[in-house]
Amino acid sequence: MPPARRVPDRFRTVSALVAAAAPAILVVIVVILFQQAAPAVRHFGLGFLTGTEWNPVTDMFGALPAIFGTVSTAFLALVLAVPVGVAVAVVLAEQGQTTLRGILGTGIELLAAIPSVVYGIWALYVLAPWSYQHLELPISDRFGSIGWLSQPGARSLFNASLVLAVMILPTLSAISREVIRAVPRGLKENAVALGATWWETTWRVILPSARAGIFGATILALGRALGETIAVTMVIGNRYAIPPSIFSPAYTLASVIANEFNEATGTLYPAALIELGLVLILVTLVVNIVALLLVRSTSREASRAA
Amino acid sequence: MTWLGVMYLLTVLALIPLGLVLWFTVSRGLPSVLHPEFFTNSFRPVGIPGGGIAHAIVGTGILVGLASLMSIPVGILGGVYVAEYAVDPWASWVRLASDVLVGTPSIAIGLFAYALVVVPVHHFSGIAGSVALAILMLPIVIRTAEGAVALIPHGLRESGLALGLPRWRVSLQLILPAAAPGVITGALLAVARASGETAPLLFTSLGNTLFKVDPTQAMQALPLTVYQYALLPYKSLQDQAWGAALVLVVMVLGINLLSRWVLRRQIRLAGQL
Repeated sequence: MPPARRVPDRFRTVSALVAAAAPAILVVIVVILFQQAAPAVRHFGLGFLTGTEWNPVTDMFGALPAIFGTVSTAFLALVLAVPVGVAVAVVLAEQGQTTLRGILGTGIELLAAIPSVVYGIWALYVLAPWSYQHLELPISDRFGSIGWLSQPGARSLFNASLVLAVMILPTLSAISREVIRAVPRGLKENAVALGATWWETTWRVILPSARAGIFGATILALGRALGETIAVTMVIGNRYAIPPSIFSPAYTLASVIANEFNEATGTLYPAALIELGLVLILVTLVVNIVALLLVRSTSREASRAA
Repeated sequence: MTWLGVMYLLTVLALIPLGLVLWFTVSRGLPSVLHPEFFTNSFRPVGIPGGGIAHAIVGTGILVGLASLMSIPVGILGGVYVAEYAVDPWASWVRLASDVLVGTPSIAIGLFAYALVVVPVHHFSGIAGSVALAILMLPIVIRTAEGAVALIPHGLRESGLALGLPRWRVSLQLILPAAAPGVITGALLAVARASGETAPLLFTSLGNTLFKVDPTQAMQALPLTVYQYALLPYKSLQDQAWGAALVLVVMVLGINLLSRWVLRRQIRLAGQL
């Protein structure tokens, strides 16, 4: 019988090439944004990241207030969303399928399906006024002596963080739920066998074991929060300055771009806006890659331990 | 109050915004939606009655339709590759790139489409918007198609190969139809996501007050309508924004629930095999 020869798998090559669209697009996006932002990058250098003035008339552009707004809304949103999100994940990760958990799970997934502009219009006309009346005013009345809790307003960093928290919650809880489910059952059974209550097992055994994955889920949610544009733009107040209080208006990288790009004239102005976009995408890229590697390593570890 | 009870309470708390969003969208959007001319007329200036979102609905249809044509075939083939050849190191890179692309801010994708399509021709267009939406949809289709194909038991693949079918026939004519419900669900979810996106369209499709079907022109879209009208100081246009938001929510939630039903049906049918 003649020796077996390997037939080249052409399907593999063709489909691999087609699949290459995803990494290729990612690389090209960063390259093109760099190229478009080049005039501003060359003009301002690293000072762009620390400058605080945004003046299209004198061509003075500094990104710091926008960076501050983006980072602080995202972190504040995480502070609000993580406790609730992990609680949701713990509830939904419990074994067995009950009707209540099915409904709750579907509800959380529907939260993720709602377009961000619908969150935006709801936040603008419903959430922000309510939050101003029932959250900002009471808090600033009681704690107004602390600078960053004074000066309540309906368009504020706080309200933007509030709507962001609602929007990142589904992502956070979905990934945390998978991570918690991936914790080997033996671990939980050991704890129960030793007489631990449900809370003791959850708080002292399961959650610490899933800690890295939950952290990864948090970072992933952070990435989403950093990039969210529309809902934030509609409630943040669009004021280009580092806000004196969380109840003051602010600005985020994405909001500046959304509001000003279509009216940016000249060469430096659009390039500066695209440089904001570049900063945003690079930060999100790093955050996402770190998060994905974290989540992957936990699930791989869990499947090895199981 | 047990700790588990607290957790359940927090979960219900997390769902309160969902209820509120749906409640307010329906209650404030229904008055606009109940007029049939809302769906047949386009923009009417403030003060002239009978304004509608026909141009936005058609615009969304064309934008998302073109984007689907660009992204769904590529995404499905890419997903099939990642699932069938998961041992390839390249497959893990594609998977990572897709996950990263999913998390990329949509406004940056809009800027990219602007630089790529709008700048060279000095013209905003529906095509530029579709390109941006296609980039948004691609990773979703890849990952969901991969998930669906990976679930197919190896036996099917092996029987096909054992019968002497070429590799591409096994993947495309044997495995893919078997994974069809999951793949279709993924495509539907990508469509739902793209229909709701605003930021990528802001500097590509730009928006239009006129009814356009030519994708080389700037086009209106449902999310753009909500975004633009909600921020205007005219009550009549704000009402139209809520109406458009209601149409959008019904469409997106409808697609989501439909795809869940398709999946559940597949699981039920597969259980009967």
